[in-house]
Amino acid sequence: MSPLFIDILLFTLLAMTALAIVRLRNLFAVTMLASIFSLLAAGLFVNLDAVDVAFTEAAVGGGISTVLMLCALTLTKRDEKRTGHTAWLALLLCAVTGAGLVYGTLDMPAFGSPDAPIHTHVAPDYIARAKAETGVPNIVTAVLASYRGYDTLGETTVIFAAGIAVLLLLGFKRSDKREGGEE
Amino acid sequence: MNMFAAACAALFVAMLLILIRSFMGPTLYDRVLAVNAFGTLTVLLIGTMGFLTGRPDFLDIALLYALINFIGTIAALKFFRYRSLGKAAPKGAARQEDA
Repeated sequence: MSPLFIDILLFTLLAMTALAIVRLRNLFAVTMLASIFSLLAAGLFVNLDAVDVAFTEAAVGGGISTVLMLCALTLTKRDEKRTGHTAWLALLLCAVTGAGLVYGTLDMPAFGSPDAPIHTHVAPDYIARAKAETGVPNIVTAVLASYRGYDTLGETTVIFAAGIAVLLLLGFKRSDKREGGEE
Repeated sequence: MNMFAAACAALFVAMLLILIRSFMGPTLYDRVLAVNAFGTLTVLLIGTMGFLTGRPDFLDIALLYALINFIGTIAALKFFRYRSLGKAAPKGAARQEDA
């Protein structure tokens, strides 16, 4: 939907924020910047027409994970410890992985192209068959809950496990009883 | 259309300024304010971009962002308040309620 320059501007701001996050040592400032990063990413996703992803990014990245990071900050020190080594190997690994991902996009159909396989036979097929096969009036729901039922179940399990793990790690002693009730 | 493009450009300039403030911000309060203001700017940018591209349906997404931004700011301010009060466990419990 968007003019290209808006994407480029948003990406520039994203890169600036990421660099600042890497450079800063104050953990509270890093948490705040991570929140800004999520908001920028969410804006970028809206710009790229991925509205549902943007919703999730804003709710999880900008909202809940900021709160969780702040919770974690109460359990640790205010500043990041300086480490002696420089992480050249990690940087190399990231660069190689990134280059591999970019190389992978070269084969993809152009953004929004009507000739992409998903528009030529996948989507029409769902539209034609979903109602008869599943009986669910909403096609998106039919795809999520019926055609990709196991996938969705797996995702839910992962998120549930991650939530439990975070609660255990943060160890809220006083609210043990209430958490037991919720589960 | 030009009007919305100009508004978009102005919003980007404001975003840049706020980013600089949040990078340099000497005190933590500067950064909390920067995040809050940046959230507001994101809301405005999404709204403006919706009108710029002729699809103002995105306004309700912008509203959702405003709500989330509010929660984030409240959490950060609570963090300040309860951290200065002392021990870890009650603080964590208090903050978890609004999470």
